[in-house]
Order: sequence, then C-alpha cells, then structure tokens
Amino acid sequence: MDEQSQRAQVFTITSGKGGVGKTTTTANIGVALARRGRTVAVIDADIGLRNLDVVMGLENRVVYNLMHVVRGVVDAERALIRDKRVPGLLMLAADQHSDKDDVSQEEMVQVCEDLRTHVDYILVDSPAGIEQGFRNALAPADRVILVTTPEVSAVRDADRIVGLVEAAGKPAPVLILNRIKPDLVARGDMMTTADVLDILRVDILGVVPEDAGIVAATNRGEPVALDASSRAGRAFHNIAARIEGETVPLMALDEAEAKGFLRSLSNLFRAGPDGG
Amino acid sequence: MGFLDRLMGRVGPASDASGRVAKERLKVVLEYDRARLTPAQLELIRDEIIAVISRHVDIANADVEVKLEQGGRLVAEIPLGRSGGGGGVTGGGGR
Ligand SMILES: Nc1ncnc2c1ncn2[C@@H]1O[C@H](COP(=O)(O)OP(=O)(O)OP(=O)(O)O)[C@@H](O)[C@H]1O
Ligand SMILES: [Mg+2]
Repeated sequence: MDEQSQRAQVFTITSGKGGVGKTTTTANIGVALARRGRTVAVIDADIGLRNLDVVMGLENRVVYNLMHVVRGVVDAERALIRDKRVPGLLMLAADQHSDKDDVSQEEMVQVCEDLRTHVDYILVDSPAGIEQGFRNALAPADRVILVTTPEVSAVRDADRIVGLVEAAGKPAPVLILNRIKPDLVARGDMMTTADVLDILRVDILGVVPEDAGIVAATNRGEPVALDASSRAGRAFHNIAARIEGETVPLMALDEAEAKGFLRSLSNLFRAGPDGG
Repeated sequence: MGFLDRLMGRVGPASDASGRVAKERLKVVLEYDRARLTPAQLELIRDEIIAVISRHVDIANADVEVKLEQGGRLVAEIPLGRSGGGGGVTGGGGR
C-alpha cells in the first residue's frame, strides 16, 4: 500500500450458503496479495468451526485466537501468526470452543480497528448463514466479497446476502463465482457467469474453476495460490490484481467469456476512502 | 445446430439444457424472495380479491389470475362474468 494511506481496508468474504468456498477464497486471496508484497491479515470469524488455520496449514502454530483478543488477553497484532512461506501473510485463528454469540459486532469492529494501522489488507472469513456470526463478520467490512457457485440454491442464498449487505448500509458486494466447470457450461448444463451476474446484478471480481488441485492443496495445508501456475492459483492471483485496481480479463471458463464477454474492473477498488 | 454455430454464439445450448432451466427457476424463486411473498400467499391474495370484487360485480372466479411479474409487479387479471359484460378489469400495482 502506498505511503499516504495507512489504514487497511477490510474485506469480508461471505456467501450465505455453506461450503461454497469462502475459506478457500480467503486463504488464497491472502496468499496472492502477500505475494504482491502487501501485508495481509486474514481473520477466521467462523467461531466454533475453526477452519482457516488448517486450510492454510498453520494449525500447529496457533497460540492465541480471536477470543483472546476480544477478552483482552493479548493485543490483536500479537495474536497474529506469521506464515513463514509467504512474508507479509498473517492469520488470526478462531476459537474452536467458543460460540458465535460470544463476540459482538462492536468487538469485531474493534479488532479490525486495532489491526488497520499494522497491515495493508484485512480479510475476514465469514461463517455461512445470515445469523450472528455473519453479522459479526459483516460489521467491520469496507467491502464485501460474495462467493457463490453456479447452482440454484447457492445463488438464491447469495441474493439474500446482497439484500442484507445493502440493508446494513454497506457498498454492494462484488462476486466471485467459484467451482465453474467449463465442460458443463459448454454443453449447457451449468449456468454461465453471465447468467449469474444477470440474476444477482452485482459486479464480478473473479471466476474460479473447479480444480481438483484445490482439494489436494487443502489436504496438505498449502493454498493453491502458492503455485501461481496452477489454474485455480492463477484465478486467485488475478483476483488480487483486480483488488489492487489492475484491469485483468476474466479467465475464459465458459462460452460467453470465450466469445469475449470480458468485464474490466479497473478502479473498482481505487475509489475506496483509503485508496487500497 | 452445428458446433460452429454454437461457437459463434449463433445458437445457444438447447432451451431445455439444465443450465437454462436453472436460470429460469432462479428468476422465479428470486421474484418471490425479493417480494417477500410465497406462491401460497399469492393464492390467498387471489381468493381475497375474488371475495372483495365479487361483492360489487359478477366475475369469472375460475379465470382470475394474480401473478408476480419480473421487476416486482403484482398483477391481477380479473375477467368479468357473463352477466357483467364481455371485457376484463385489470389491476396492476407496484412493489
Ligand atoms: N474451486 C474449487 N475446486 C475444487 N474444490 C473446491 C473449490 N473451492 C472449494 N473447494 C472445496 O470445497 C470445500 C468447501 O470449501 P470451503 O471450506 O472453502 O467452503 P466454505 O464456504 O468456507 O465452507 P463453510 O461454509 O463450511 O465455512 C472444500 O473441500 C474445498 O477444498
Ligand atoms: Mg469456511
């Protein structure tokens, strides 16, 4: 982040429906932004169902978690775990033994406030659903990244999130369409990116293909974005570039895009108050 | 339809392809979600409209239709009964 801006922007990654790829997305955007030389704090807000640490392969290094910070046991900055593979990547784990109701929206806002001056980006991994845990994750957000898959139930839930984000007075979310299967799209058996955008009426931040490499990477605790040459890894690096205001065409993952359906996102994030 | 046509975007996948079906179903579901209505509630509204209007004019009950149209328009189609004269009375209302 440039010299004049010293406060990190907070991005909350959320979805409504469970299991569509929020944690995977958070970890990989974190890796990709850090690889670009940024300092990034990723926060697991899925209290009681801690996941981000294992997806990132940092589970054995967790000493303090979000609850310790909220209870004042330790400063937010000191609770962050440094990812030794990627300089600048930091993680705050969730507490596996607490409850979503043990944290308030004000407390989540405060934790992020405390970290804003120490890092360039804060990524909050939201739990599924639209209850307290989601509200806590949403509270500190400057920007909301909505993750969905091209399925009826996931898109329906995503639409609900669009409404709730608006009701909370936040800017409209930007979409990541995950687990696209180009072969299914090509034979008409999966909704296209254009279909989903037509329905949700939000801007697209990125498309991520279905990639068995993600499963293998997650098994090992090595986010795919560590390998920028993998297909899914490249998708996340593109997303990080767009977050930083670069114009990168969407990966051609379906027919519409192959025909040149490209939406540039330049300046989408430049307009923010912190210029992040 | 040839592969080339499809590639050039001249024709899309068949209209019964499941991706197309998914999109159409989603559109309908979301119209109801966004309007905070259910098809069952719409049925109830229809019955009440019939009750109210038939107090004033003879209507063809079986043909009364209340629909949620795209863009959040609730539209009622109320054909008058035989004795009330040929045409229909159409009432539309915004969100
Ligand atoms: N693009 C992809 N290709 C293949 N597998 C994927 C992809 N994205 C996510 N997955 C797999 O889907 C599963 C769910 O992903 P993830 O845990 O990131 O979802 P989530 O939205 O965080 O779930 P939850 O709602 O439970 O927090 C994981 O096993 C993950 O490896
Ligand atoms: Mg998760």
